[in-house]
Amino acid sequence: MSNAADSTSTLDALVQSEYEHGFYTDIEEDRIPPGLSEDVVRVISAKKNEPQFVLDWRLEAFRKWQQMTLPDWAKLNIAPIDFEEITYYSAPKSMADGPKSLDEVDPELLRTYEKLGIPLHEQLMLAGVAVDAVFDSVSVATTFKDSLHKAGVIFCPISEAVQLHPELVKKYLGSVVPQSDNFYAALNSAVFSDGSFVYIPEGVRCPLELSTYFRINAANTGQFERTLIIADKGSYVSYLEGCTAPKRDENQLHAAVVELIALEGAEIKYSTVQNWYPGDEEGRGGIYNFVTKRGVCLGARSKISWTQVETGSAITWKYPSVILRGDDSVGEFYSVALTKHMQQADTGTKMIHLGKNTKSSIISKGISAGRSQNAYRGLVRMSPRAENARNYTQCDSLLIGNQCGAHTFPYIESKQPSAVIEHEASTSRINEEQLFYLRSRGIDAEQAVAMIVNGFCKEVFDQLPMEFAVEAQKLLEISLEGSVG
Amino acid sequence: MLKISDLHASIDGTEILKGLNLTIGTGEVHAIMGPNGSGKSTLTRVLSGDPRYEVTSGSVELDGVDLLEKSAEDRARAGLFLSYQYPVSVPGVSNIQFLKAAVNARRAALGEGPLDALQLLERAREGLKTVNLDASFLQRGVNEGFSGGEKKRNELLQMLLLQPHLCLLDEADSGLDIDALKVVGDVVNNMRAPDRSFLLITHYRRLLDHIPPDHVHILSAGKIIASGGIELAEELERNGYRGIAA
Repeated sequence: MSNAADSTSTLDALVQSEYEHGFYTDIEEDRIPPGLSEDVVRVISAKKNEPQFVLDWRLEAFRKWQQMTLPDWAKLNIAPIDFEEITYYSAPKSMADGPKSLDEVDPELLRTYEKLGIPLHEQLMLAGVAVDAVFDSVSVATTFKDSLHKAGVIFCPISEAVQLHPELVKKYLGSVVPQSDNFYAALNSAVFSDGSFVYIPEGVRCPLELSTYFRINAANTGQFERTLIIADKGSYVSYLEGCTAPKRDENQLHAAVVELIALEGAEIKYSTVQNWYPGDEEGRGGIYNFVTKRGVCLGARSKISWTQVETGSAITWKYPSVILRGDDSVGEFYSVALTKHMQQADTGTKMIHLGKNTKSSIISKGISAGRSQNAYRGLVRMSPRAENARNYTQCDSLLIGNQCGAHTFPYIESKQPSAVIEHEASTSRINEEQLFYLRSRGIDAEQAVAMIVNGFCKEVFDQLPMEFAVEAQKLLEISLEGSVG
Repeated sequence: MLKISDLHASIDGTEILKGLNLTIGTGEVHAIMGPNGSGKSTLTRVLSGDPRYEVTSGSVELDGVDLLEKSAEDRARAGLFLSYQYPVSVPGVSNIQFLKAAVNARRAALGEGPLDALQLLERAREGLKTVNLDASFLQRGVNEGFSGGEKKRNELLQMLLLQPHLCLLDEADSGLDIDALKVVGDVVNNMRAPDRSFLLITHYRRLLDHIPPDHVHILSAGKIIASGGIELAEELERNGYRGIAA
């Protein structure tokens, strides 16, 4: 496995990667040809040695997907995607395929890591450098696992969960985002690569903030990530997704699904900082981030809170939502979406109030720069049973320059006369007087804009765990570099 | 120190300053009085480098260096300070974070290393005491929800921390009660130094009772029309601007 970093590394990886699973021994390479068919779905499942029920579930999703059409209602301009050109399975890359040292890593990437203040050993890990020699990642992970184990928390790759906890997976997989929910969710259901599985037992307050960073095999979960988090009665968990460092990924399309289930009195806090490659100034390249994230407050007095800071991806299509089924349950959505260059974001949330006395709040901050387009799209629905339900929505847009666009699409449906829905929206430009005030104190224009924008986003950053919040602020500053004319 | 020659400036195509001349020596305190709309605030904005104002002709030198060439931030780093008549609020940006960025920008220009959060906090606390604000103001958003008087004190706090070379105070006394007015006077008088000059813009002589100026000028229709000592302010109080212009 050594010395695989030359030009034939990909091929080497294919040949050399572990290959003990799989009944389809007729397939020589650990990679299947592009295109999607029922056979491909079977191969994926077989390679993961999945139980029959998972395969059946994937196949059902695939058949539904075949009947579906691409959604076109978002305010997005998407170049056609050829689903036959995508490779739906390739073996997880081995550490040995990565760069051998930081000298082999793109200096631009390192510069960003440095600005984010990421410690060296983490830089190595993020850049995919084999880290064993540098610091003992295993011991960190082991300590982490021990403490979770003592609390009875299950935190593992979903591919492992289908083997070890099939009863939980069977019960909850697809229970929040059904296979046929939408085109990309159906695609994900058929071909999902890997992702996180979390179960917090009754009455347990998860002793640590769970982060994909600590999950064994967290690297290269692939473009069809699937996450399932279940918080049993009276439990609490905070989950951090992603990392503020830019993700190096050649994949164009990312179609992930995240499902959250909060039982009676449980609370789930889910935070995301997303900084995938946004494409260049002319809009060349960049990730298509088409994600379905939804949580259900299944039990009474349960709570789900989404916080997202989105600065990356060429196109973002993402509406982390909460179904408020249990009485007195609470849903929250806090979002910062920054677009620059030619980036497009159509993002927001859905708050579906089914239970009595349910409450939801939505705080959305959109910042548009360059020639980007930034849309907030939000649905608040009060069902006939949602007596005394309340929603508060605040949508603020900030424009930098005069070639960008900000749009707000609020949808409100109320079938319950006692429900209260409040909506506030504002659109403004960077305030000249604020900018001059800061500059007249010696703060240069770029830093001044970053400070004003960070101030604009403060309500959302306050929701992030502290370390994350600091990184999110720095990330915003980096993303704004060069946006000030 | 500051030399303004035949300065013409306009905003949105309307000329406000129409050939203004003024020289302020090192260590001097000058006061400018003048009717509403005469160009007093415009003068402070133009000197500070507000890009919304256009200088159409004339020159301004600070310590022999062309000031108009420099950006607003460079002027501040060189030691120019404007205490605003109506300071804007910057929501979500904490006062301490703002002070730290400003102080360290000035220090960098002076070739001094940056202050860390603790060092800055120490100095800020001292300043707060001087201007009579409590420590909670450091954590609040810049001028966010501050009263008119608190905003003015916050300007003084910045001036204390930045230790500028030339201080422009645009109606630092307006809207202040007697105690607050005394604070303004004390801060300026304590900061008076051989290498620091002040330009006070005011409508009222009472500020000048607290801060005795070396020179008083009357600005009218974009020009200095009279210069003298404190007796000019006294005359103004008796006869109004009409008396001076006549």
